[in-house]
Amino acid sequence: MAGAGGGGCPAGGNDFQWCFSQVKGAIDEDVAEADIISTVEFNYSGDLLATGDKGGRVVIFQREQENKGRTHSRGEYNVYSTFQSHEPEFDYLKSLEIEEKINKIRWLPQQNAAHFLLSTNDKTIKLWKISERDKRAEGYNLKDEDGRLRDPFRITALRVPILKPMDLMVEASPRRIFANAHTYHINSISVNSDHETYLSADDLRINLWHLEITDRSFNIVDIKPANMEELTEVITAAEFHPHQCNVLVYSSSKGTIRLCDMRSSALCDRHAKFFEEPEDPSSRSFFSEIISSISDVKFSHSGRYMMTRDYLSVKVWDLNMEGRPVETHQVHEYLRSKLCSLYENDCIFDKFECCWNGSDSAIMTGSYNNFFRMFDRNTRRDVTLEASRENSKPRACLKPRKVCTGGKRKKDEISVDSLDFNKKILHTAWHPMESIIAVAATNNLYIFQDKIN
Amino acid sequence: MAGAAGPGAGPGAAGGDGDDSLYPIAVLIDELRNEDVQLRLNSIKKLSTIALALGVERTRTELLPFLTDTIYDEDEVLLALAEQLGNFTGLVGGPDFAHCLLPPLESLATVEETVVRDKAVESLRQISQEHTPVALEAHFVPLVKRLASGDWFTSRTSACGLFSVCYPRASNAVKAEIRQHFRSLCSDDTPMVRRAAASKLGEFAKVLELDSVKTEIVPLFTNLASDEQDSVRLLAVEACVSIAQLLSQDDLEALVMPTLRQAAEDKSWRVRYMVADKFSEVKCIGISGIENLKGICPADFLLDTTINLSILGLELVSDTNQHVKSALASVIMGLSTILGKENTIEHLLPLFLAQLKDECPEVRLNIISNLDCVNEVIGIRQLSQSLLPAIVELAEDAKWRVRLAIIEYMPLLAGQLGVEFFDEKLNSLCMAWLVDHVYAIREAATNNLMKLVQKFGTEWAQNTIVPRVLVMANDPNYLHRMTTLFCINALSEACGKEITTKQMLPIVLKMAGDQVANVRFNVAKSLQKIGPILDTNALQGEVKPVLQKLGQDEDMDVKYFAQEAISVVAQRLRKLDFPVKDSEEPSIPGVDKNLFLRPRVPGENTGKAQRGRAAPVASKEAVDAAPLRGTNAAKGPHVNTRDTLAQLETAELMHFPQSRE
Repeated sequence: MAGAGGGGCPAGGNDFQWCFSQVKGAIDEDVAEADIISTVEFNYSGDLLATGDKGGRVVIFQREQENKGRTHSRGEYNVYSTFQSHEPEFDYLKSLEIEEKINKIRWLPQQNAAHFLLSTNDKTIKLWKISERDKRAEGYNLKDEDGRLRDPFRITALRVPILKPMDLMVEASPRRIFANAHTYHINSISVNSDHETYLSADDLRINLWHLEITDRSFNIVDIKPANMEELTEVITAAEFHPHQCNVLVYSSSKGTIRLCDMRSSALCDRHAKFFEEPEDPSSRSFFSEIISSISDVKFSHSGRYMMTRDYLSVKVWDLNMEGRPVETHQVHEYLRSKLCSLYENDCIFDKFECCWNGSDSAIMTGSYNNFFRMFDRNTRRDVTLEASRENSKPRACLKPRKVCTGGKRKKDEISVDSLDFNKKILHTAWHPMESIIAVAATNNLYIFQDKIN
Repeated sequence: MAGAAGPGAGPGAAGGDGDDSLYPIAVLIDELRNEDVQLRLNSIKKLSTIALALGVERTRTELLPFLTDTIYDEDEVLLALAEQLGNFTGLVGGPDFAHCLLPPLESLATVEETVVRDKAVESLRQISQEHTPVALEAHFVPLVKRLASGDWFTSRTSACGLFSVCYPRASNAVKAEIRQHFRSLCSDDTPMVRRAAASKLGEFAKVLELDSVKTEIVPLFTNLASDEQDSVRLLAVEACVSIAQLLSQDDLEALVMPTLRQAAEDKSWRVRYMVADKFSEVKCIGISGIENLKGICPADFLLDTTINLSILGLELVSDTNQHVKSALASVIMGLSTILGKENTIEHLLPLFLAQLKDECPEVRLNIISNLDCVNEVIGIRQLSQSLLPAIVELAEDAKWRVRLAIIEYMPLLAGQLGVEFFDEKLNSLCMAWLVDHVYAIREAATNNLMKLVQKFGTEWAQNTIVPRVLVMANDPNYLHRMTTLFCINALSEACGKEITTKQMLPIVLKMAGDQVANVRFNVAKSLQKIGPILDTNALQGEVKPVLQKLGQDEDMDVKYFAQEAISVVAQRLRKLDFPVKDSEEPSIPGVDKNLFLRPRVPGENTGKAQRGRAAPVASKEAVDAAPLRGTNAAKGPHVNTRDTLAQLETAELMHFPQSRE
């Protein structure tokens, strides 16, 4: 499960280099809103990579088989299937528009030759089947090859259709629609390790679904107070444990994480563990509460740790230690002095996600100015990289970036003031076994690989 | 059928030299690929017709290969196909060719849709019986092995259901292989497969040699029962019922009970629930085992087993999860009939008593609702000491639905406890419910009285019930005064003419002068209700004048119901040949006004001082009783209300491992 991880320290030590591999998406400067990528997710084998966008589309890339003539294409990802997963809708009862934006995609463990994924917008979760077809039946009784009708009274023999090979066709078909269970906006979906249930979380509730049943779900967590004026926190993310089917965590806007055990009771309003770091009174400010809100929570592949992302940092928690995180990595501490303007332009509410590499030895999360950060947990080294078209030559190595944090700006450094806050990297994904990462920068998807040998 | 509607049906009426009997078949074949699912489904359902027309040879060489590759279709089409193929042996040339049906069913056994896979497995099991032993080993067993070692878990889950059908007919060498495959599926990486294996464990055990059951199945059972996934563990518990049947009492105790005990202490409530649910089945086996052994075994051995079983029960009784406990409560009572009087008193009674004191009302209710089983065996007196506090507590529970539930058991309890005990201990409870602040309870209490009167007779009613009901007519609360009327409505028939005329009627008539309009129009309704029971003199001399007076009431509703009652009474009098003046008979609409009492405009002056006070009380009442209907209405199409969760999770979550519905 916790695969080899592609060797030593993929986070960017001296012996390790990330190289450009591919970029997907339009080059134009003016970006259509609908094209903005809203989620990125590798499947369990890493051979498929799915993205969802604000236009409700899902694009699936498939890794090409290696050694196919071209020498330097070490398993590039090419479009495998594109489909419209969600359409804009209107809730007439509440007079609310329901955006088609794909909030999350989660792959199901592969069960047969077809692939399955769950995609969700604010309200509705859909189960999609992506399957291949390479044969076509030919031959009719009532019409001939050109489609002309035969005289029905001159049929002297019955023909059974014959299967002929045809060009590969990839079909995406909606298999189930899980609707009408969420009053608030869905922020997370997570498939259980029992392979038959999954959870969906909105701002105040978490529901448990069976993958084969669409008309019923179980509300397992409900933090809605009787009086909405007493509302002090919301659920920001939720995930199932990778191996223990009864354990789930959810994070809150107050910076805390609750771990629930479904064995003790069917309702998980009471948590089994409560993870919270005591606040440092010296750094308290008007923004403390906002920046401590957790935007993403992810279990490590091993299931021993979990990682949370808040506005300025990413923290790794040992599930056996509730009092404080075992690691805290600063993502862009230099923004602490800029919180006021980030509050004014609403950037302070951006929801950055985070991800583990296959062996849990490194973590990655995004920042502004198309920068993304990697932290090596063993060597404690970190690196800032940039997703840009400038050095998008095949196999070009990525140069580490530095943000000048006051004092004199050195060569190659970027001043905090010149960061572009409109270019943000919210969604990233790491191949489950190898050193391949996918980074969504607005409407472009960058794929980077390690420089091999 | 579909052919007649086909596109080419019209033109060639002139007739040709082709074989026109082929035409409908040709249409059916073409429609196997029609864009309309319904037409494809139609065609698949007539697959036997197509096969018949094609003949066995072409069915084998052309139709089946085509079908094998059509697994892209909609679920319902695939389901129909899987079903058809199960009965296809005759159409491919009989048992000698039954193996030709395996390839299409094999593909169907790997689709993602559980219902389709299950149907394919069912058909495969059916076909396996048609294979000769040689063909079975040549074709069927290899298929099972292929599925069992398939890449995708869909194929491995399907394999689990096939072992038990080929095992008994296979040679010893093959048997060993089959067992080996089953073993490896029991420790498969994916929980889906382990669940499938666990659910077939019992079935497979039944076809195995007893030795293999002990040496192979029991370890598998033990492993599955301690699987990391609780969804697997609970299926293992289910399997233990069939395994237990195969083992001797000694082996059962040594091999299965430790695991079962461990499951009873599982951290996961779902597993404990399953133990509680399967408890009586396992016990039944234990007991029937005991009965078989009675002749040969010493008595203390029997006792031992029972004690063991009840210890297991005791652990569950003290479970912390209310679903587990209430599941146990509902099965545990049934055990008494199996165990007999002595054992019940010695071993089960403590459990009942513990459960009657449970903090969760559902558990107590479950025990009380199943009292009749125990009553048959040991008589209810044994329990009455503990029963009473439990009943009293439930009767005064803060949740009105709990109170409602216990009221419904009252007639049953009364019948079993006898009139004496009832008068002494329970009567006051029944009376207290009449003045409950929730309408639903008062209504149920009223019905309860009627049933009690039916049980204990009119004399009892006259002495115990009627006086206390009638006293309420003077209650300062108009709701309680109305309850008197409702009781009279319910009781009059059971009590008969005498009591009704002598005791009840005067009270009803007196209440016609009540200051609250609601009481007055209910008087009119009551008079209409009890009219048929009264003798005609009373009807003419006492009822009619009062109704006529009410007919002139200032309140619209009172007037309305009085007039309605007058017309009913008048009809009855006319039948009895009393002269009735036409002018007195009002015309009434044919609709039951009860159904839609006229909404009252707030400002409307009805000249009733009391109305203003009465209305808010009534509406509070409505709020109180609202959940009764509200929960269902508010739920909407999507069942996701936490109110219903308690019921649903016990009913549904348990079925997760299989396909739920």
